[in-house]
Formats: sequence, structure tokens, C-alpha cells
Amino acid sequence: MTFDHTTTEPLLSIRNVARRFSIPQGLLKPPKVLNAVNGIDLDVAPGEIVGIVGESGCGKSTLGRIVTGLMPASEGTILLGGRDVSTIPRLELARLVQPIFQDPYSSLNPRRSIAGTVAEPLHIHGIGESSKRFEKAVEMLDRVGLPSRFANHFPSQLSGGQRQRVAIARALILNPQLIVCDEPTSALDVSVQSQILNLLMELRRDFKLTYLFISHNLAVVEHIADRVGVMYLGRIAEMAPAPDLFAAPRHPYSQALLNSVLTPEPGAGVPDIGLRGTFPDPLNPPAGCVFHPRCPREFGPCSSRVPALLPADSGQGSGQVACHLANPEFSSPTEPLHVA
Amino acid sequence: MATFSTIVRKVTAHRGLTLGLVLLAAIFAMAIFAPLIAPFDPYDQDLSRRLIPPFWSPKANPAHWLGTDNLGRDYLSRLIYGARISLLIGFAVMLISGLIGTLLGLIAGYFGGKTDLFITFLITTRLAIPVVLVALAVVAMIGGSLTVVILVLGLLKWDRIAVVMRAATQQVRSLDYVAAAEAAGASVPRIILREVLPNVFPQLVVVATVEAASAILLEAALSFLGLGVQPPLPSWGLMIAEAKTMMFFAFWMIAIPGTLLAILVFAINLVGDGLRDVIVPKGRG
Repeated sequence: MTFDHTTTEPLLSIRNVARRFSIPQGLLKPPKVLNAVNGIDLDVAPGEIVGIVGESGCGKSTLGRIVTGLMPASEGTILLGGRDVSTIPRLELARLVQPIFQDPYSSLNPRRSIAGTVAEPLHIHGIGESSKRFEKAVEMLDRVGLPSRFANHFPSQLSGGQRQRVAIARALILNPQLIVCDEPTSALDVSVQSQILNLLMELRRDFKLTYLFISHNLAVVEHIADRVGVMYLGRIAEMAPAPDLFAAPRHPYSQALLNSVLTPEPGAGVPDIGLRGTFPDPLNPPAGCVFHPRCPREFGPCSSRVPALLPADSGQGSGQVACHLANPEFSSPTEPLHVA
Repeated sequence: MATFSTIVRKVTAHRGLTLGLVLLAAIFAMAIFAPLIAPFDPYDQDLSRRLIPPFWSPKANPAHWLGTDNLGRDYLSRLIYGARISLLIGFAVMLISGLIGTLLGLIAGYFGGKTDLFITFLITTRLAIPVVLVALAVVAMIGGSLTVVILVLGLLKWDRIAVVMRAATQQVRSLDYVAAAEAAGASVPRIILREVLPNVFPQLVVVATVEAASAILLEAALSFLGLGVQPPLPSWGLMIAEAKTMMFFAFWMIAIPGTLLAILVFAINLVGDGLRDVIVPKGRG
């Protein structure tokens, strides 16, 4: 599915959002600052699925928590349907955006029945009588593929996939517009992952949902997302329609990330992704482009100037990339960018 | 959540819990029906019938099954009434300290940061104060009585409950179902009461029962020192204290209330442990 971002009003609009954590360094030393999310711009059109990928610690989950309202942004604004999220009252925000978490074993209260869990948001919002809420919860459970006989079960009696269905039902019961899925399939068995993904796709169609889909699983994102953002150390390295990104990644980090996917071919071994060093210490990030110490194609300005997220290919494609190689200002020193 | 019959089945399947509940129920029954089962008035002195030995002795008196103390009071009747004092102290102290400790622990664990720092400071301050010393000072100032003992112990013994509840709350707070409730718009009191409290309850039960048992022992110790319940109230600790001068002539006067104290504390600990096993929902899977 493609979305015309020039004409449609975005449902979610993230502008220069940053989140800093203060990390205590002991009694006498001043605390260090960790920039978990560092100046992110992102638009999500209504009905779109935007995937966010990146390795552990790149800030993708923090971004998800900020969008869900579970954590305030240190900087920047988040507009939901054109309104600043920080000014939307809690209850109203809950009806606009809901999260689905990674671990279905910790996302359900073990002391509450399945139907009780799904009905709880209705209870919080004072919607309907107790029996009516139960009815609605059972209906929603049925919609996500859990027959009514599960209604009085407790989470401990369900499998991981079934629990994730309960979590999805709970997220949908308030009829939100945006769902922030934080690794919704990565704690599940492979056989169950596709069922949950297909359920999410189905629900998007039926409930006209928009997803911000956070994952480290590239195959899952390729399958489900319309557009994908690649994050590295709190910044977006590249943002492109999913087919374009997976066919021709432009940022050296995206290229390495895609190369890191294991192939089922016997004897192929672990792929060489061509990166030097390891993930940098987020408390002490490199100057300039945060990726430059590991980048195989680092050149002049990389160690001193932070690359901006600019339209790739001089605006011909629909993607954006934050790399000096793609910036005509620094005419590419060795070769054109499309090599991967 | 579970039906009554499944609860009964779970409880009876747990032997320690069953034994603890039976013992505790027996002591409770003793306390509640004291006027019905006690053969004599526990305060009735009869100096002509002093120090009658219990039933196993050839000099026993069939009317006084466990003999009499050095004022000629029926020992069995005093023991039966003494159960009231021990249970009252145990549960009243558990209630007061449980309320304070749970509240502080939940707040510290949920909010963290400066609030946590402040409450942790309160807890460590409290831990640094010796209970017996404070009790001694208070009794010296306002005199010992049952109410004073309950208040002093209740206002002092919340520290361990607070420590356990804080740690348990911190752990639950970080779980996604708390985040889900937040995202659903639940208020903080609602999250604490409906998401956190039910999930730290097993830990609360265990630590509260341990505290109740320790309060009963502390009352006995305070009464033994003459700082707790005052005579002629029949408290088990006081009975041991009163008998200490007779230790070599009438050992049963110490052994019998001592054994009952031990059984009561044992029963409470069994129940606490067993309840935790029964309450905690099965883990993953």
C-alpha cells in the first residue's frame, strides 16, 4: 500500500523528538546523559504501517513508549491527529493510541481473568455496566480468535500466542486509531508469529488501524510494513518504503543490517556484514555521524558533521537518508551510492 | 477468582497449611470460647490450693487438670484466657504494622526516585531503633498496658513489611501489565490497588505472618521483663515470668505456656508459608 504524504494529513507526526536519561555516576561525579532518542522526525499516515528497525539499544522501544504516552519526551513535539500529545488528557489519549508489548507473559496481570483483562480499559473509562463490559470483552476476544470458553481463564492457562491475542484484544477494546506494537512477535514461537502478524493485518483492515511497528526482525517488518525507518543510536539513519529499502538500502548501516540476515543455505555460515568495531557506548557517542567509527565508507565530513535526514536520490525516490554520501554537497568521493 | 471447592482442595492438598490452620483454629477456638471451656475463673486466687501439680503427678488434683500457680489460680483457665492476649497482640500488631509497612512499601516501590530515597531513609532509621529499648522507654513514661504494647509494637514493626513490599512493588512496577494499565488511562491509585497490590499480596502474607509471630514472641518477652501486659492479666509471657522463681520446683509452669507459645508461632508460620504456596499463580506455562 502506498500513501501520499504530501496530501493526506498525517495521523502521527513526530517532530524533533528526543529523550534523555540521566545516568548517575556515583555520589560525587555529575550524572551522565544518555540520549536514547535523539531528534527524530517521523510522519505516519492514517492506515499506514510504519516499521522501525534497529539493533538493541538503538532507542526504538523508547520511541514507542514516548508515542504511547508512557514516557514524556525531553524535547520536541508529537502530534496525534494534529494535536499535541502532551496536552491530550490521559483518558482521551488512551482512546487514540494503545500499545502491544513484546512479552505476553508480563503484559497480562496474572491475577485477572482474560475477559477481565480485556474489559479493564472499559472499566477505567466507565463505559457500560459490568455485564455489558464482559459481553463486549468476550466479543473482542472472539474477534481476535479466542473462543468464549477462554473468557474466565487466567493467563497462566494460556499459551504465548493466546496471551498475545488477549493483549491485542485489550489494545483494541477502546477503539484506538494508532497501535504501537513493540516487538509483538519476538517472544513467540515461529509458527505462532505468522498467525499473530496475519491477525494484525486483518485487524488493521477491519478496524482501520494505523501501526507503528517496532521490531528487530527484518523479515517481519518486510512482510508487514509499508514504510520502514532504520534507527541507529537514537537517530533515524534511513526511512524508505519497505520494498525500496529491502531492494536497495542506501545508508551503509541499512546495508549492513540487511546483510546480517542469516540465510537458510547450508554452509553459508555467518554473513560478513563488513562493519568494524562494536555498537558504541551510548553514554559516549561518537562525534559527527554516530555511525562513522564502524562505517566501511567513512570519508571527510563524517567524523565532524552530523548528517541530516534528507530526501535520497536528490528527491527522485520517496525515501530519506541521513548520510553524507547521499548529500550532493559532499560529492561522493569514490563511487555512487547504489552498490549494495 | 477460583471457586470455593478448588480453594478447599488446594488447601487440604498442602499438608503444612492444613496442620497450621488446624492448630491455629484450635487456639482461636480456645480464645473465643474461653468463658465456656475454662473450668475456673482465671483471676480466682485460693492460697490453700497453691502449686498443685498437673495430672501426671501423683499429687495431682482432678479438679485442676494442669494444676495451679503460686497464687492458687487454675493454670488451665489462665492458659485458655492467655490465648486471647497472644492472638489479640499478634493480629492487632500485624494489622497496624501491615498497614503502615504496605503503604510505605507500595509508595516507595511505585514512585521510586526521591520518594523512594525518603522512605528508604525512614526504614533504615526505624531499623536502627531497638524495639525493646523503645518499649522500655514508653512503658517507663506512660506505664505498661495491653493497648500500649499493641501500639508500641504496631508502630515499630512495620520496617520489614515495608522492605519486602518495596522490593516486590519495584519488581511488579516494571512489568508490562502496569504499563498497559497506564496506557489505558488508569489512575495511579487504581494501578497500585488493582495491578500492583494483588500481585505483591503473596509476599505480604508471608512477611505479615512472620511479623505476627514475632510480635507474639516480643509481647511474651516484654511481659517477661515486666514491661508488657501487667498482672493479673493472664498472658503466656507473663505466666512464664511469674513462674521463673518456681523454675526448679514446678517446671511445668514454664514449660506449658512456653510450649503453647511455640505451637502458636509454629502454626502461624506454617499458615503463612502455605498461603504463599496456594496464592501464587502457577508461573509461565
